[in-house]
Amino acid sequence: MRVAVIRFPGSNCDLDTVHVLRDVLGVKTDLVWHRHFNGSDYDGVVLPGGFSYGDYLRAGAIAAHSPAMREVSDMASGGKPVLGICNGFQILIEAGLLPGALLTNDCLTFVCKWITVRVETDRTAFTSLCKEGSILHMPIAHFQGRYVNDQDQIKEMLSDDQIVFKYVDDEGKPTPESNPNGSVSNIAGVCNLEGNVVGLMPHPERSSESVLSPMGCSDGAAVFRSLMECLRVRGDIHAGYKRS
Amino acid sequence: MKTYVVEVVIENKPAARDPEGEAIWRDLIVREGFEAVKSVRSGKYLRLLVEAGSEEESQNLTVKMCNDLRIYNPVVHVCTVSVKGVRN
Repeated sequence: MRVAVIRFPGSNCDLDTVHVLRDVLGVKTDLVWHRHFNGSDYDGVVLPGGFSYGDYLRAGAIAAHSPAMREVSDMASGGKPVLGICNGFQILIEAGLLPGALLTNDCLTFVCKWITVRVETDRTAFTSLCKEGSILHMPIAHFQGRYVNDQDQIKEMLSDDQIVFKYVDDEGKPTPESNPNGSVSNIAGVCNLEGNVVGLMPHPERSSESVLSPMGCSDGAAVFRSLMECLRVRGDIHAGYKRS
Repeated sequence: MKTYVVEVVIENKPAARDPEGEAIWRDLIVREGFEAVKSVRSGKYLRLLVEAGSEEESQNLTVKMCNDLRIYNPVVHVCTVSVKGVRN
């Protein structure tokens, strides 16, 4: 199994993401410039955080038209796991692979701090090893992370199990105080209908090693371990097809 | 007194390059095949509701405000004020 991390002009969490996948978890991982990305070479892909094209027009709006995103879209429709972290989440939304919009934080400032999220569903490619309702500590660092969608869409997403992470307090409750950016329903991450495309504003790659966490945790690794599990299962299925 | 809708558009002077407009033009619009679009200039847009006795008064008040509060930087920006009518 082989995973790609796509580097857009302005990505700056790409090397952290490659480090976690390659060095911490032992996944074969390539860092690929967005103009050179060929989705058929890979079993999964991560769009890292940072910026892209200066975040002009809207964060992710121009990168969504990068040639790489046609490949990512094909991977998504082929059932391959696709993860967008922070700016990567913004790109997936602008490319129409995930529902909703990400607007400027309601506090009108860049927010950089450790937050707590609750896993709302374990059916996705990136949460399959998390228990529903479990709590993860991860840092956020963004200016445009306020998840917005209209109430009817949110209801539909709830019934379709598309809300993946919510900002919560220490007791696991989604309170206004635990919501760092004013996201609707405290939403920190969502997925597509099939659950193979996930986007989130928090940074799992910055919280995958206990040495990097003020509370000594490595919660973010669960996101990448779930990816590995998804790839393992998909690999088994494909091997089975080949045998029969 | 009536309430007028007044628009303020702030953009770079022609001599000041606009990387945001250039990126939107080159990497989005032209890339996706809209070659007929030959240029994009980005800017800031403010939509005001201004109480005034006449359209001219709402225009003058807004121009004065933009100058007094330095809503734009006269060194690099062009500021265009236009009254769009009375609010219904």
